[in-house]
Amino acid sequence: MSNSQALLEVKNCSLRFGGIAALTDVSIKIEAGELLGLIGPNGAGKTSLFNILTGVYRPTEGEILFEGGLIAGLPSHAINTLGMARTFQNIRLFGSLDVGMNVRTSFIARLRNGLLNTVCRGRSFRSEEEEVQEEGRRLLAYFGLEHAALHPSRSLPYGDQRRLEIVRALATKPRLLLLDEPAAGMNPTEKEELKQLIARVRDEFGTAVMLVEHDMKVVMGICERLYVLDQGKVLASGTPAEIRANPKVITAYLGESRREEVA
Amino acid sequence: MFRSYHARIKNPRVALAAGLAIALLLQLGSGWIDPYTTQVILFAAINVILAVSLNLVMGETGQFSLCHAAFMAVGAYASALLTGKALPSLFPHLAWTGTSWASQLTFLPVLMIAGLIAAFAGLIVGGPSLRLRGDYLAMVTLGFGEIIRVLLQNTNAVGGARGMEGILPATNLFWAIGFAAVTLYTMIALVRSTYGRGFQAVRDDEIAAEAMGINTTRFKVTAFVIGAFFAGVAGALYAHAVEFISPEGFNFLRSFEIIVMVILGGLGRPVGVAVAAILITLLNEWLRDLSQYRMVVYALIIILFMIFRPAESLRPFIGRLIPERFVRFKKSKAA
Repeated sequence: MSNSQALLEVKNCSLRFGGIAALTDVSIKIEAGELLGLIGPNGAGKTSLFNILTGVYRPTEGEILFEGGLIAGLPSHAINTLGMARTFQNIRLFGSLDVGMNVRTSFIARLRNGLLNTVCRGRSFRSEEEEVQEEGRRLLAYFGLEHAALHPSRSLPYGDQRRLEIVRALATKPRLLLLDEPAAGMNPTEKEELKQLIARVRDEFGTAVMLVEHDMKVVMGICERLYVLDQGKVLASGTPAEIRANPKVITAYLGESRREEVA
Repeated sequence: MFRSYHARIKNPRVALAAGLAIALLLQLGSGWIDPYTTQVILFAAINVILAVSLNLVMGETGQFSLCHAAFMAVGAYASALLTGKALPSLFPHLAWTGTSWASQLTFLPVLMIAGLIAAFAGLIVGGPSLRLRGDYLAMVTLGFGEIIRVLLQNTNAVGGARGMEGILPATNLFWAIGFAAVTLYTMIALVRSTYGRGFQAVRDDEIAAEAMGINTTRFKVTAFVIGAFFAGVAGALYAHAVEFISPEGFNFLRSFEIIVMVILGGLGRPVGVAVAAILITLLNEWLRDLSQYRMVVYALIIILFMIFRPAESLRPFIGRLIPERFVRFKKSKAA
């Protein structure tokens, strides 16, 4: 692998549902360890882009390269095992499992012991089970959720549920983490905490983060580079400062009246 | 630290050993139990196997299956052919009466083979159809159940619609209760592990489970195949307990009865499902005296069961029956 190779490269991807084009000729790139923002008005295709990246949909046209390998068309679980994890716009925790178990489900794909060892409960099963519990506990403690490990995941406050989804995704040890509107519905304090959390994920786990977000303070505050989508097409890309100054973006997306708010 | 919410058995292997010991003791004392009671206990144990195995598919993994009785039929017919035709013709000089040593010693492999054949049938049905969801899966499994029944009805080698009679009475209290204990142990040990939580993750949210690297199709097929295996074993035990089987005994209504047990026991709670299976078996027996009003009363009691859920309300009581050092309880931390 050469150093110049991007972590993820989307090449001329399109996604159509019958006559409706959700994405048209989208090309983006993300480097290892980068903090990338993806913005655009409602219906611009942000979540569609996430869905073709994570194998929920197969792009109608184009190629997706993750660490140099083609991933378009692979099932979701295979893409996750390759090193890409995501959270969801509408929180999707496992409601009947407690907080600790929600995190531990992420280890299932990487367990050494299969069905037979699990039923027989031999030494190898028990030691692995302890390792997994310890690792889950460490991750929860790291993100300040250890006190809630035994609580049903639905009983968590909203902000903590979002945080738990990020922890669960991180537990799959991704090199790229896709966050779909993590700040939606959060109050200003929670948003501030979220910004710190995302920065920590990148700095301490070395995970590249791709962030879809409507809250401009969050996006402009932490992202190093931004892509702007509009009507399924890439409208612009660049640093937050460049995006703020881009007249195309301001007219097409932010609108004249919001210029001061962003600046 | 990471305990479940409910009373749970500390070491499930202790529970398994206890179950097998009870099975053996009851068998040794079977001379003092009258034949009718013995038969009711056999039926109860067989129903426990059926209901607890269907619970893995319906309760834990959330896949609606309407063909559990068909897997039971596969196991019943396969085992009847083995003990009635294959074994006696392979070893003609041995005594094959069902209770003879030759029959008893070969019964475990017979049960296993019956289970494996049913599991293979489960793989054939489950492989392609588990990509479907909800109502569609229910339709496919309903169709499969009918196909098996009609096939058996029209195969003269297994007696067609007349069924097979004169099956050797090899099932006794040890085999039936022993296998009920093995089934319960397997299901509890399987689900209470990091691996086993995958089944529940699939039930809770398939898209999220996939996104976390869980191969959901694989988990669904696994649940289906394991469920079919135990249903096949239960069918073999049933055939060698009643000594007569016919295709009508494994129709859609039989599948439905097992589903009722699973729902009454509280989907996803193996012990509750086992209690419900025993309750329904007893209910069936008590209602024999009512002759033509039986189905009316049965339906009424099922409706009342559904409303009041006795198996579920018995749960704390069941916990107290077992000595505390074998069980640990989670103190409720209200959020």
